[in-house]
Amino acid sequence: MVLDSVVYGDEKQNRRKARIRFSLVLTMLIIFGLFVVIPFYWMMLTAFKTEAQVLTAPPILWLNPLNWQFSNFATAMDTAPFLRYMGNTVLVSSISTVGTIFTTVFAAFAFARLNFNGRDFLFMILISTMMIPGEIFVITNFLTVVELGWIQNQTYMNAILAMTLPFMTSIFYIFFLRQSFRQIPDELYYAAKVDGTTDLKYLFKIMVPIALPTIITITILNAMGTWNAYIWPRLVTQQQEFRLVSNGLRDAFSNIAGRILYNEQMAAALLVTFPLLVVFLLLKKYIIRGVSRSGIKG
Amino acid sequence: MLEDKSNVKAWFYLGPALFLLSIFIFYPIFNALFLVFLRDYNYLQGTWEGFTLFENFFYVFRNQNFTQALTNTMIITFVSVPISVIIALLISVWLNSVLKLRGFFQTIFFLPYVTNAIAIGMAFAFLFNQNYGLINTMLGWVGLNPVNWVGLGATWGNAMFSLLIYVVWASLAFKIMVFLSGLQNIDKQYYDAARVDSTKRYRIFRRITVPLLSPMIFYITITSFIGAFKAYTQVIGMFGVRLGPPGNDKSLITIVALVYDALDRSGVPGALSEAAATAIVLFLITLVFTLINMQVSKNRVHYSGGGK
Repeated sequence: MVLDSVVYGDEKQNRRKARIRFSLVLTMLIIFGLFVVIPFYWMMLTAFKTEAQVLTAPPILWLNPLNWQFSNFATAMDTAPFLRYMGNTVLVSSISTVGTIFTTVFAAFAFARLNFNGRDFLFMILISTMMIPGEIFVITNFLTVVELGWIQNQTYMNAILAMTLPFMTSIFYIFFLRQSFRQIPDELYYAAKVDGTTDLKYLFKIMVPIALPTIITITILNAMGTWNAYIWPRLVTQQQEFRLVSNGLRDAFSNIAGRILYNEQMAAALLVTFPLLVVFLLLKKYIIRGVSRSGIKG
Repeated sequence: MLEDKSNVKAWFYLGPALFLLSIFIFYPIFNALFLVFLRDYNYLQGTWEGFTLFENFFYVFRNQNFTQALTNTMIITFVSVPISVIIALLISVWLNSVLKLRGFFQTIFFLPYVTNAIAIGMAFAFLFNQNYGLINTMLGWVGLNPVNWVGLGATWGNAMFSLLIYVVWASLAFKIMVFLSGLQNIDKQYYDAARVDSTKRYRIFRRITVPLLSPMIFYITITSFIGAFKAYTQVIGMFGVRLGPPGNDKSLITIVALVYDALDRSGVPGALSEAAATAIVLFLITLVFTLINMQVSKNRVHYSGGGK
């Protein structure tokens, strides 16, 4: 009976119900979607306003593209060397990413594929350190960097080393990559062994290509992390022009006494945000895959 | 077995990672545990005045900003985590239920994941601007008076409210991504069965979706708690290094901010030990709440069979 009414009866009513439900869900998605998008919109809108438009109350909520004031970006660039900061950030992020990939691929291979004494114990220790807040490391790492002579009379090279070396490996990425490697069937490895393939060759000819999506994800997440890095670069850089985008952005608009020029501030913020948004839209697939996978305990 | 123990080779592969981890992770852990027991440690000269068990922790608790920092950190955590978990759960269930436009909305909801915390924090600060901000304009539409959220002399409550909105906003994307992928892995059979029995929507959500998603909810709750206890850059993004609205400096200070405060005074004897003690206090707080979380969810997390 019940089944009957679902399958055959009231089809029209069910369809109407489904349509109402769909519009309700859509409304909620639009409301929360606006909540998510508005800060971006506000940033862009303000970045293109003139000073007079910024200081209009109530605020102007829509700006004809023909009236956009592009000179805000030039003024923002004059306030602080943002291109320089971006250059630093790209450099730091490339070096630390290449380093991270190098160290994690080898370590993940050892954990996933090799059989050695104390493997599981060592892996457990690595995993348990992931719970410790980074601030505990930062204190000593700062001292280490001072000891290495990278702070006093800092050269550009010193600053880059201080910003990259501590981030050239990552327990989380080792774990992440190990999960990927472990999904590759053992038979492949045995077959390669029989053919006399060395481990190193097997790693680079078979495992790395198969796990490439994971490696790409790590690359993106790591690069995004650097783009967002604020605390450590601020701590270890001794000169303004060695800093990264986040620091540059924060400093450039904090020291001004009196009122803040919001249009220039937002123009600078947009300059910093824009490359990330482009990367996201181009590589969305990898980012989502990586993030959602990292959320699933394998 | 074709494999035999390959100890030497394994250490060669692990070498680069272990070398860096030893210097930048393992050694710092031990060093923090060492620093915290030194009296008046002066790193410039490498000297200290003997050992002490609790003195550095007393410094932490006696810091005039500690109570404020602890309060703020707790509020940020216990308000933003439950709210963002629930909103994220709802949004992902809604997203999962629409076929049309799903890709579009997915992109929208994931956007905050890739933004620069400082840049967006600044945008939020301007959204909450008293005279020229969008929030007060919108309040005006419904006949409410403008509020001084983040401007000169803004109250702690107003500033905290604005910060919480930003923190929730920033933490939604990651949660939605994880929940959505979890939802897409749920076997459709459960829903088909429920539909045949014409189970109510809400019941399906409570009895099928939430239990089957519980491992992910559990994971997200724990990592969000850990992350929220470390709140700091969000405050910097919105309020700058003053850590509060102008005229109400440091009113939004957090525990992590205390660590960096102490670290900024690194030349002063004892400051590094205070920083270490603060970080250890933070770790202990995190640990306690993680254990509580695990205990609470022990019987509520449902692991379906055939897990990977």
